[in-house]
Amino acid sequence: MAAAVVIKNLKKSYGDVLAVKDISFTVKPGEIFGLLGPNGAGKTTTIRCLCTLAKPDDGKIEVGGISAIDNPKVARQRLGYVAQEVAIDKVLTGKELLQLQAALYHIPKAAAKQRIEQLIEVLGLQDYANKQAGTYSGGIRKRLDLAAGLLHQPEVLVLDEPTVGLDIESRRIVWDFLRALKAAGTTVLITSHYLEEIDALADSLAIIDRGVVIAEGTPSQLKDKIGGDRVTLRIREFTSTDEAEKAQHLLSSLPFVEEIIINKAQNNSLNLIVQTGSNCLSKIEHSLIEAGLPIFSLAQSRPSLDDVYLAATGKTLLDAELAAASTRDLKKEKKQQMK
Amino acid sequence: MTQLTTSSKIKSTLAPNSNKDTQIDNSNSLGNFIQETLALTKRLFIQLQRRPSTLMAGVIQPFMWLILFGALFSKAPQGLFGNDLSYAKFLAPGIIVFTAFSGALNAGLPVMFDREFGFLNRLLVAPLTSRYSIVAASTIYIITLAFIQTAVIVGASAFLDAGLPGIAGLSAIALIVLLIVLGVTALSLGLAFALPGHIELIAVIFVTNLPLLFASTALAPLDFMAGWLQVIASLNPLTYAIEPIRYLYLHGDWTVGSIVMNTPWAEVSFGGVILVLLAFDALVLFTIQPLLRRRFA
Repeated sequence: MAAAVVIKNLKKSYGDVLAVKDISFTVKPGEIFGLLGPNGAGKTTTIRCLCTLAKPDDGKIEVGGISAIDNPKVARQRLGYVAQEVAIDKVLTGKELLQLQAALYHIPKAAAKQRIEQLIEVLGLQDYANKQAGTYSGGIRKRLDLAAGLLHQPEVLVLDEPTVGLDIESRRIVWDFLRALKAAGTTVLITSHYLEEIDALADSLAIIDRGVVIAEGTPSQLKDKIGGDRVTLRIREFTSTDEAEKAQHLLSSLPFVEEIIINKAQNNSLNLIVQTGSNCLSKIEHSLIEAGLPIFSLAQSRPSLDDVYLAATGKTLLDAELAAASTRDLKKEKKQQMK
Repeated sequence: MTQLTTSSKIKSTLAPNSNKDTQIDNSNSLGNFIQETLALTKRLFIQLQRRPSTLMAGVIQPFMWLILFGALFSKAPQGLFGNDLSYAKFLAPGIIVFTAFSGALNAGLPVMFDREFGFLNRLLVAPLTSRYSIVAASTIYIITLAFIQTAVIVGASAFLDAGLPGIAGLSAIALIVLLIVLGVTALSLGLAFALPGHIELIAVIFVTNLPLLFASTALAPLDFMAGWLQVIASLNPLTYAIEPIRYLYLHGDWTVGSIVMNTPWAEVSFGGVILVLLAFDALVLFTIQPLLRRRFA
């Protein structure tokens, strides 16, 4: 079976801005694939090229084994696209938008009617379908957009930042929905700059940074690759610097501890990187008690995707976000994309 | 939305289409093109129905032109605008064409807003048979509006003592309005794809609209004008739409061979005027083609 989506050595610039330098990844059929990266990393540009909205400068894009660059119409038929900014005609009702969408995908009238009813039901839009979309809340708009993207039963649903700007409840609904989509056999490709979103949903992912892929694999693979477990220790709820430094000194002599950082932003909690499978919690506990230090909390976890990002780029995703936010000219980018 | 993964009905709703070819029929391109175009046209008419202020303004404005301009020149010496011709009668054809022209010139604005709000992307990611259906839908919409406006102006003019052409005359007016609207709509849509944003498009509309009105025979006949303006007015497509309609209003008996206007260099017959308008349409469609193709690759 051909891969659902193959992107190879994709390159795309807008004017003098090289948005995508060299991006390659493969999405397997039936999985949820996450494209993770800070804002401005090139995620949206990649998606725009995939969905035939922009023509790449160089590279290969295949959907189900067929080139999207040479056969854009086939790609358009196989892909469903849910943009980040929900593009909805405020004057049309939800149902009218879906009817328009059905005609644009040439779904026969009877089949379209049935499909629209089904999707309205499954997405819980019964109370909204006959109201103008201008009255919808953000969550309802997103659901309508999902229905529109799924109307023609695409093989791959592509979602650009599906939960940006949504409240927690709507976010949960979207997550559950994407899991249900996967269970039904539809391949899902999402972009996100939320680590926990990709961690919770994605079967595999590619991390991109400044227009290139810096890591690709399943979340487990990526975490295993950087190795070690994370231990978070809080001596007290509010630990003094003295005590934290004392504990740091004490624990750094343990053989399985690789690194200890005092996190001042979190009331001097200690973040340890330890060797995996070293039964370390009880040993840490033991040496702290011996030294007469109390323990407020002690927890072990696997490395997060943020740790993966940090290992690959030398900065956290949050720092990258902040750095990108200060240098980006969003208006200019939008104008460029419109061309 | 609860227990999504358990229900088999939900599962079948969310499953990809396993056999694409049986569901979506691509053999009938013409049928598909008509389906797309009608759906896009329907959207524009739903918008019009729910937000009718544009149409209302579009009907009230020419009505006000007619009354105000008529009053402005109402004491002009009889016969100044031709033999025993009142200004109201002279003015009506100019207002008909100018109104249709203004409406058509604005045709690109909704498309520009669709571009800016991202709605156009929704259309561009769909497997449209031809993206010219977007152009076709706008044209159908604008032509319908122009016909409604023309009907109102023709009716109001009759009420203001301008007379009413016969059935053949009215059909000829419809044809002329159609031709001028087609060309200008295509031009405006071309601009909507070529210009960077709606500010620029509105600027272009602003500097085109009234100057083209004054550089035509809508408000005054050619021989009132300075020589250089006569030349410009004789090159202005609006003049080629206004003059034959004016002729229809003044002459009950007209044929395709009737001489309807005198430019500084030639006399033009009714048939000649239609040919000029057709040539204008062809020229515009030809000129905007590369713009559309760039977007519509």
